Amino acid sequence: MTQALDEIKIGGLGSSRKRVEDSRFIRGKGNYVDDIVLPGMLHMEILRSPLAHARIKSIDTSRAWQIPGVHLVLTGEMMATRNLAWMPTLSYDTQAVLATDKVRFQGQEVACVIADDPYIAKDACEAIDVDYEPLPVIVNPEQAVADGAPVIRDDKENQADNVIYNWEVGDADGTERAFAQADVISRLRLHYPRSHPSPIECCGSIADFNRATSKLTVYMTTQAPHIIRAAVALVAELPEHMIRIVSPDIGGGFGNKVPVYPGYVASILASILLERPVKWIEDKTGNLISTGFARDIYLDGELALRKDGKILGVRMHCDADHGAFFSDAQPSKFKIGLLHSSFAAYDIPFGHITARGTYSNKAPGGVAYRCSFRVTEAMFFQERMIHAAAADLGMDQAEFRRMNLVRDDQFPHRTPFGFLLDSGQYGKCLDVGLKAIGYQDFRAKQAEARARGRLLGLGISTMTEPLGAGNSREYDILGIKMFDSAEIKVHMTGKAIVRTGARTQGQGHETTWAQIVAHELGIPAEDVVVEEGDTDTAPFGMGTYASRSTPVAGAAVAMAARKIRAKARQLAAHLLEVSEEDVDWELGRFYVRSAPDRGVTIQECAMAAYSNMPDGMEPGLQNMSFYDPPNLTWPFAVYIVTVEVDQETGVWDVTNMVAVDDCGVRINPMIVEGQIMGGLTEAYAMSNMQFITFDADGNCVGSNYMDYLLPTAWETPGFELHSEVVTPSPHHPIGAKGVGECAAVGGPAAFVNAVMDAISDTGVRNIDMPLLPDRVWEALTERHDVSGAPPVRSDG
Amino acid sequence: MTLIEQEQAEPAGEVPERRITVTVNGARATAVVEPRLLLSHLLRQGLRLTGTHMGCDTSNCGACTVLVDGTPVKSCTMLAVQADGHEITTVEGLATQSELHPLQEGFREEHGLQCGFCTPGMMMAAKALLDRNPEPTEEDVRWALSGNLCRCTGYQNIVKSVLWAAEKLRA
Ligand code: FES
Ligand code: FES
Repeated sequence: MTQALDEIKIGGLGSSRKRVEDSRFIRGKGNYVDDIVLPGMLHMEILRSPLAHARIKSIDTSRAWQIPGVHLVLTGEMMATRNLAWMPTLSYDTQAVLATDKVRFQGQEVACVIADDPYIAKDACEAIDVDYEPLPVIVNPEQAVADGAPVIRDDKENQADNVIYNWEVGDADGTERAFAQADVISRLRLHYPRSHPSPIECCGSIADFNRATSKLTVYMTTQAPHIIRAAVALVAELPEHMIRIVSPDIGGGFGNKVPVYPGYVASILASILLERPVKWIEDKTGNLISTGFARDIYLDGELALRKDGKILGVRMHCDADHGAFFSDAQPSKFKIGLLHSSFAAYDIPFGHITARGTYSNKAPGGVAYRCSFRVTEAMFFQERMIHAAAADLGMDQAEFRRMNLVRDDQFPHRTPFGFLLDSGQYGKCLDVGLKAIGYQDFRAKQAEARARGRLLGLGISTMTEPLGAGNSREYDILGIKMFDSAEIKVHMTGKAIVRTGARTQGQGHETTWAQIVAHELGIPAEDVVVEEGDTDTAPFGMGTYASRSTPVAGAAVAMAARKIRAKARQLAAHLLEVSEEDVDWELGRFYVRSAPDRGVTIQECAMAAYSNMPDGMEPGLQNMSFYDPPNLTWPFAVYIVTVEVDQETGVWDVTNMVAVDDCGVRINPMIVEGQIMGGLTEAYAMSNMQFITFDADGNCVGSNYMDYLLPTAWETPGFELHSEVVTPSPHHPIGAKGVGECAAVGGPAAFVNAVMDAISDTGVRNIDMPLLPDRVWEALTERHDVSGAPPVRSDG
Repeated sequence: MTLIEQEQAEPAGEVPERRITVTVNGARATAVVEPRLLLSHLLRQGLRLTGTHMGCDTSNCGACTVLVDGTPVKSCTMLAVQADGHEITTVEGLATQSELHPLQEGFREEHGLQCGFCTPGMMMAAKALLDRNPEPTEEDVRWALSGNLCRCTGYQNIVKSVLWAAEKLRA
């Protein structure tokens, strides 16, 4: 009998095969937007507003036009003649492309210059004179709703104040009753600060309109090319089949490259007007002060507790600061994303959440920064409240969690906010984490150190998040249902090409999608090429963000492969001259059940599909499948951090970090671990140093990498990863759940809880992130909570 | 030897120009440039060596790191005219036609990259380290790379990649 294929050897599921995309990246041969040069290409630069809120009295572009090499100066007024001064956002609001009436945040796009080279375009931007009349500035929700607050969005009819929405979910009455029965009510107020995803590569586009063919091609940094194509069709009123969006290699996205930005739209109009390719490459400050930020939510949370530790109910009110335009990228039904995934992992009978969104004079955004639509805030609030509640009850942090986590026998589990958790082994993950960190030993060491005046702390965070939006019943963006797709073509020699509607930005799809095909069809992964990002060739999909690629596009790959296998089975029966029912499958091969030696490989079937198909069968071996997930997938993780806080300086160091991730079946363990380490680093960054805020005048503090600190190899601690808990998703075709964001979602609370644990003697309940040394020092010496909410003091 | 003109054919107006000669990855190139042109732009646009990336243009991210006479330099921080007469190595100069540099292999073996945007700069900074210290400790590597930002990987694997290369180079 022939030897069965070894799945790991052919690069199937579970193989840590080396990444295919690396061959070009390590040679410096990636193809990022800024690497593309088209014949006759011009360059665009954007003039941004220096003020956060001001009426535009006049814009004089005459000096700019006189600079040799300048081809076009665009202003809002010119955009307006084409009906392009404003564009729709992904959240049913509008956003200015180039300002006409007012500027509403510092860094807002005011004018564009298109010139022979970027240096000239920059010179010309400096030659534009704008006369501004400053207006009062709003930098937080409290100011936004204060009496007499200026109305930021006076462009909108029927907008008499700065409130965008009031939203609620849960059972108000039931929660009220739960709180009435509580022995202890634990309350926590905090601010999850603004954060910027800040991929190293900034945003950019090259628009290339060809008058002869009427076709518009746009190369751009987008995580969701098909959504952009639809948006461009609607905004620019161009026919969708004449628009081709190409998303080449992307230098990191993290949610920042989902929205439509004014620079894209302006470059498109410029190319149409000039009939030449126009390239726009944003600089870092432009990226940090104007593109999609994340978070910026205030929490007022309460837990109703029985004195034995049982949580009876949860109540949360959240104030979300959305900046000048409501341009969150999220499913339209949920105004504050999936914030109501909060406390999903805990068995709590009643919950009620209210949320209010307001405008401010800050950059618009609210993107899912390494996060499935606000779940990062949801999990942070949850684990900070859990930490405070355990402390209020005087209970052990680990025991309190264990007592309230959903038990294995409760799945599928309905949360008080309506989600259905698919599966998990929460207690086991917690055990693995506690053992790895040496929990009991640490507590002893901590007590001993404290007696000698040293401050050690341990923080636990658990997280689960709803991934893979969505099922189309509940999830849509601007009415477009959130499913995904994959197309597989098997060539006659048994090699194959896969295309999906997702877009990799470092996640390694070129490697992992081939592994799914190897698993399903037995075609070695190295014989499968993966292509994404070109709307002319890729099937329609919603793009890559919110950890939805593996749960949705990955599932579509598996489903397409299964349909191919079904057809190959017919071909095999034909070749083996038996009936289909008599044919069995093992990896890569069909054989006759009664005579296992008689078989044909998938490659032989492929050849037959083009050369020897049975009468009446459609030739070829390919399939295109849409996948609409029946439910979301729910990975779970436990992160535990130990720290030491220096009393004299407020500086804290991570002494240990353990991560236990149960993300279901791991397609490529090496890549999964890479995703977790990246996520943990961002969690550390958010808790420790990543700081972007505003002073009272709306000046952005953190507008460049000198102020917006990202950790380097020097500061970043080491992480110990654990993969021993695997709970396959029961409804995902290969049992995977998604992992790209888990650590960034669940990690921050572990770091903060560790510092709070270290300074628990002070009675301080909260320090807002990032836990900068001066904040920790203030908490230690003044013994009060430290808020980081804007406005911050400006120097002087 | 090739004569490289700046991309734009006719320099605009009264822009002063300088003729410079640089050796890039072993090949001499002469270019006529504006004095304000950044070295990174000369490499990327003038010489079409797009492996040198630009992430911040404020000397913070290190994506644009190249070697100038063997010393790592953030090429967004150096003017092209300052490179006149010097030897520059970019990521494109690491591999030979048939063989990858051990650093390139190391990054692939240890999964030291994800989106790949920081990778050329990381490898060039690492090369400078290994050239002067063939037996670096983990701490040496972390310090040598502390001028380079990566947003994807969390560094742990980058450090391993460099140590992998060091070992291979010693073998
Ligand atoms: S582009 Fe040169 S250091 Fe960032
Ligand atoms: S691999 Fe993406 S920035 Fe380093």
